[in-house]
Amino acid sequence: MTNPATNIPFSNGPASEQIANIRQTLLMMASLANRNLALAMRALVERDEKLAASVEAEDSQLDELEITIDELVINHMATHAPVATDCRFMLVASKISSNLERIADQAVSIARRSIELNKEPLLKPLIDIPRMAQIAEGMLRDGITALIDRKPELAQEVVKRDKEVDLINKQLARELLSFMLEDPSTITRALNLTIVARCLERVADHCKNIAEEVYYLYAAVDIRHERTP
Amino acid sequence: MSSNSPTTTMDESIPTVQTDEVVVTPAAASTSQTSDKVARLNAPTVIDIENVDFHYGKNKALHGINFPIKEKLVTAFIGPSGCGKSTLLRCLNRMNDLIDGTRVSAGSIKISGVDIYHPSVDVIELRKRVGMVFQKSNPFPKSVYENVVYGLRLQGVKDKARLDETVERSLRGAALWEEVRDRLHTSALGLSGGQQQRLCIARAIAVEPEIILMDEPCSALDPIATVKVEELIHQLKQDYTIVIVTHNMQQAGRCSDVTAFFYMGKLIEIDATEKIFTNPSQKQTEDYISGRFG
Repeated sequence: MTNPATNIPFSNGPASEQIANIRQTLLMMASLANRNLALAMRALVERDEKLAASVEAEDSQLDELEITIDELVINHMATHAPVATDCRFMLVASKISSNLERIADQAVSIARRSIELNKEPLLKPLIDIPRMAQIAEGMLRDGITALIDRKPELAQEVVKRDKEVDLINKQLARELLSFMLEDPSTITRALNLTIVARCLERVADHCKNIAEEVYYLYAAVDIRHERTP
Repeated sequence: MSSNSPTTTMDESIPTVQTDEVVVTPAAASTSQTSDKVARLNAPTVIDIENVDFHYGKNKALHGINFPIKEKLVTAFIGPSGCGKSTLLRCLNRMNDLIDGTRVSAGSIKISGVDIYHPSVDVIELRKRVGMVFQKSNPFPKSVYENVVYGLRLQGVKDKARLDETVERSLRGAALWEEVRDRLHTSALGLSGGQQQRLCIARAIAVEPEIILMDEPCSALDPIATVKVEELIHQLKQDYTIVIVTHNMQQAGRCSDVTAFFYMGKLIEIDATEKIFTNPSQKQTEDYISGRFG
């Protein structure tokens, strides 16, 4: 087999297989995290308690995959001493899996809050929270697409979207505070909605982290903490 | 630039082929550690390899090799078998002259500004300045002492005090003195493989060369002996310019300051070792160091 980029004989040894395996496991994890987040949001919007319960039940899968990825990474590093892109991939895979696991944890928190919220009538129509979820889900999807398609520029664009979610979160927090000040009977519901918004803001943060890792993987430049490439 | 063109401009942390003057960017010098490394990479050129072609009979083994080797740095040559790295290494002290039908067919190799292939160059004197350590340790069937002073005896040195001083200095320099000080007059062939290789390094430095060439010096050694030789390389670069050929990527990563990657007789890329092993510029380099071809 020949590497098409360099026309050099190309080998697919155990190292390549292990890297492909880590990649595959990471994609499976991303898919599950995305699904759990979508289910949690559906449970909230459709006020579906059963759906909310299923999100919590499925979370353990992601916990196990996170551990699996770390095992695969440490085994590969110990036995193959990867360099260059492969070395960066090992570091990045471990960090991305950790962020995906935390996204799934946030989905569980949203699902739990939705069960609480379902016990009472809606405080206000859900507009901002689904918008935040839509942006966050898009960030996750594009971050993973950037990983699969090797697109650092897409990852960079995902990083910028985090500010939109932060902004909505702040606006919503102010609005919910005014509800609570006007009518103390709304406090429980307003607080639960504040927590849901906070969870989505954190999901977006994790998606930003993932995108920064993807950018580092392919561009070999660290853009975390507002460092420009 | 085509994928087969050597990357000679490199990044800001390594000098270009054309000039010794390098602009150190603020980013590169952001820590004192980085700053030290950059300063060392800006060292003066000791060996200037300029557009060198080399032939084994009709076969062209090296194609337009062009780069400088810097003073008191360890430069590693890496690449698959047959890529020309050992051939180039042996060009640096004209060891290839010993093989019939070989010739540097174009370009020049200058050491401290002098073309080493000029007819006026004394090859024996050149090899005194450019010592060599081989893949397989090759101590002479003599005592440890006689192995170390062999080069000096060839030069006609008979002063016992000077010979004794050279033996101790060289063996200390090769991190072997403490292990053999009580058996200097026993056969060198009784030493372990790792000790024999360090003895060969002691023999090489006994004649006070400027440059030491090492052709896979650890390939026949166990991991413990390898660590000792690698530690020795690290110490030796305080005083010597070292060029090492290795098939061991981790060894190149651990030991060298600069790494040059060769493929099919061409220099593909040369850069600071950290750059080569974290973010090489050429896809071919990355494929090779990642074990994806070869």
